[in-house]
Amino acid sequence: MAEDRKYRWVGTRPIRHDGVDKVTGRANYGADFALPGMLWGKILRSPHAHARILRIDTSRAEAMEGVKAVATAADLPEQRPGGATDLSNNILARDKVLYHGHAVAAVAAITAEIAAQALDEIEIEYEALAPVLSLDAALADDAPILDTARRARGMDDTGPTNIAARVDFSRGEPDQAFASCDVVLERSYETQTVHQGYIEPHACVADTKADGLVEIWCSTQGTFTVRSLTADVLGLDKSRVKVTPSEIGGGFGGKTTVYLEPVAALLSRQSGRPVKMVMSRDEVFRATGPAAASRIELKVGATQQGQLVAATARLWMEAGAFPGSPVQAAAMTILAPYKLDHLFIEGFDVVVTKPKVAAYRAPGAPQAAFAMESLLDELAQQLKIDPIDLRLANAVAAGDQLPYGPRYKTIGMKETLEAARDHPHYSAPLGENQGRGIALGFWFNNGLNSSAEVYLTEDGTAVVVTGNPDIGGSRASMAILCAEELGIDVMKVRPIVADTETAGYTDVTGGSRVTFATGWAVVNACRVIIEDLRRRAAQIWECDLEQVAFDDGRCLPVEGSGLSHDPLSVAEIARKMGSTGGPINGQAQLSARGAGPGFATHLCDVEVDPETGHVDVIRYTAIQDAGRAIHPAYVEGQMQGGAVQGIGWALNEEYLFDDEGRMENASFLDYRMPVASDLPMIDTVIVEVPNPIHPYGVRGVGETPIVPPLAAVANAVKHASGVRMQSLPISPPRLLAALQEQAAE
Amino acid sequence: MTAVVIPNGLRAHCEGCARVEVEAVSVRGVLAALEARFPGFGAALGENVAVAIDGEVFQDPLYEAVAPESELHFLPALSGGR
Amino acid sequence: MSKLHVETIINGEPVEFLCEPHTSLLDALRNEVGLTGTKEGCATGDCGACSVTLDGRLVCSCLVVAAEVAGHEVTTVEGVAEAEQLHPVQQKLLEHAGLQCGICTPGFVVAAKALLDRTPDPSETEVRYWLAGNLCRCTGYDKIVRAVLDAAAELRA
Repeated sequence: MAEDRKYRWVGTRPIRHDGVDKVTGRANYGADFALPGMLWGKILRSPHAHARILRIDTSRAEAMEGVKAVATAADLPEQRPGGATDLSNNILARDKVLYHGHAVAAVAAITAEIAAQALDEIEIEYEALAPVLSLDAALADDAPILDTARRARGMDDTGPTNIAARVDFSRGEPDQAFASCDVVLERSYETQTVHQGYIEPHACVADTKADGLVEIWCSTQGTFTVRSLTADVLGLDKSRVKVTPSEIGGGFGGKTTVYLEPVAALLSRQSGRPVKMVMSRDEVFRATGPAAASRIELKVGATQQGQLVAATARLWMEAGAFPGSPVQAAAMTILAPYKLDHLFIEGFDVVVTKPKVAAYRAPGAPQAAFAMESLLDELAQQLKIDPIDLRLANAVAAGDQLPYGPRYKTIGMKETLEAARDHPHYSAPLGENQGRGIALGFWFNNGLNSSAEVYLTEDGTAVVVTGNPDIGGSRASMAILCAEELGIDVMKVRPIVADTETAGYTDVTGGSRVTFATGWAVVNACRVIIEDLRRRAAQIWECDLEQVAFDDGRCLPVEGSGLSHDPLSVAEIARKMGSTGGPINGQAQLSARGAGPGFATHLCDVEVDPETGHVDVIRYTAIQDAGRAIHPAYVEGQMQGGAVQGIGWALNEEYLFDDEGRMENASFLDYRMPVASDLPMIDTVIVEVPNPIHPYGVRGVGETPIVPPLAAVANAVKHASGVRMQSLPISPPRLLAALQEQAAE
Repeated sequence: MTAVVIPNGLRAHCEGCARVEVEAVSVRGVLAALEARFPGFGAALGENVAVAIDGEVFQDPLYEAVAPESELHFLPALSGGR
Repeated sequence: MSKLHVETIINGEPVEFLCEPHTSLLDALRNEVGLTGTKEGCATGDCGACSVTLDGRLVCSCLVVAAEVAGHEVTTVEGVAEAEQLHPVQQKLLEHAGLQCGICTPGFVVAAKALLDRTPDPSETEVRYWLAGNLCRCTGYDKIVRAVLDAAAELRA
């Protein structure tokens, strides 16, 4: 249960414990690691978006001086049915290449240059096939089929198809209910492929020893995931693989899988030397997981008073080369924030000849919210109802049922909407060509598995060991929770991110789960220590355990116990550890339940240049329920960063492909992410509706902030220019064309 | 009796029922009871079962406890949604 | 083909290294000199993670040929703090939580210091345009801009 008490450290903003290393250049990231005798690995990538591999001849490359290993899919074990087949085929293509840039072969050599030259000496004969570059192309009757053996999950046998799966959710009788509505809006929305855009390319060093043990140093969101997936691809026991995390230069979901690690381990096994692999930015764009392009057909019916009655949604999402778009999450979230007695949601996972998508911050939800929040904006305008009032009138609350079954517990949706309505931003005046948009976002948040160890030192300071790479300041949050529990100074806590043989099993840094779940494990580990400290105080005082209380870093006699000892601080007991039972360690692990959903409301003001179609974001406010903010500065940072990624998604970012399926803008120059001069300050309001199940009321915060901005920006553009953009991005040429079309009408 | 809510796609495998009540103490028991009543239901459900029990979603739920007053929803197993 | 021998000054100290004629300063710093604080985000001059100063001028080290720094002075992120004393830009980035993952931070530290060295009292707009060559994907820039403005105020005080 969330406890209501005054905190000393929770809610404060200490300097992060890894901060000095990160501002002085000492912190080591994925590409910063090296071993003696290390080779450099490079990957040969497909020049075709879709082709059959007829023949691979690596003999000339193998014969080159300085080349120590050459690997292809033939060197990987065949996967069992239900095994890691798709992952293995994505890492090194076996029979077919399914996107431009798909890995086909790999080389390790004594220098990076020799490795690159050796790639040119590998001969591959392809039978080029027609690329499949859009949902329309994939779903056409005569579409080339990526995998003729695959059948759609969740559908009657369709025969060969590019639909990998179908899901649906339903309630009531939406078709009949539409007939009773005063107003029914039916719209279609599209978003394009975008990339997570982490600044650090994927990188690793792998060392396969003569006894088959594999050691990997890499940048990842999940060391245990890398261990598991590498072992699966190579057919090894998981205990044969050790993964040590470097610092991680951003991930946003994109570093929750593997691309290089199994290949580097394979090249290392072949060569008997450590192998380092670092992707170029070009490779990151072409061959790592982007986020799915989408099309959503949405129909919503309401009464004249603004009561939502019925909705249907059909969603298609591109999975890329292998199944696994986030369409199900999109389907589960699209109508989740609103009370609806009648609904039907249907989602399709569609494969296309583009890189396999990976998770990107609240996967699927931004695309879904773009559709729903755009449509609600239009509905509010049509019914002449304030858009926040419309959402408040239909907002879900505790006890309401989600479209996929469960019921909400305590949530903070209405609180974020009310905070937006009451914020000075909402009533600030606007100038010519300016407009304001609002949008809401929902995300599940996740719990999953975490472990934590807390070691007291002999002077009463503490070391906290967890297995979650710190991607955004989580070490500081772990330290705050430990300091709060043990009543010691937060800067006297040393938070450590450990390797897979030092930390207990811990799931990825993702799903907005680290402060919630791993933090909870830290709290529980500290409570093990507190029990131990009480036991030792009872031993010192020669009294019963029940007569000893622990408060604010001290053991003291329970009130009314009749004892009159001076309190014993953590440090005092720690100094006596040898004579009171030995080392003082706490360990805890959990499968965290009850990750309360996150809600956010964003306000966005834009100014549209009618001459060029350029959109300038001039004011932005992000409001979110964090449950309780452990380190508010890093909560705000998540809100600001997510908002700006969403602004980029809305305004500029998209993969551009030529007719042959080659990405045309695989650089930061041409894939235009927001820069400092594009943006205003991003104001934040943290709402705190404590999550009742968590000891500190924490909800995840990392993903929800990317959900509202797409529609917030599009709604603002509508009110600034009169044009409603239902297809992203709202880049200058697209908006200019729409403005000209509007002027012509 | 634990209430089990059957999604559209699976109703064909349980005589069209939208809601079934079973006696069980775990998700495994729920599955066994459904299979006993509707042979082939388990096969239709597939290997990767995710459920929501009283609001909480479980991706790997076989040994999770259910109470007589619990409500259990089957979900298509999540993938790519991390 | 034999390698080039380069003598230069890095962070105030004389340094010698060998490199190929086409080796970038970024690669030479990281792989030959062992200064890995300078990061590679793109190697095409678009992200600013590899920012260093060359005779006081801000450059992307990925776009500089290593051999060209012979006889010149290079300052990297490792040369910004003086012993244990962080530069105000570094200190304010920490205080304002102006970094999340931290991979872009060395570039921002070098670029922001270069700005404040020549413009002690920049406006928010000047800071934003000066730093427009440095990509950050985590923070949305808000806390970075605030930190740089605060560092400027402290340096003026």
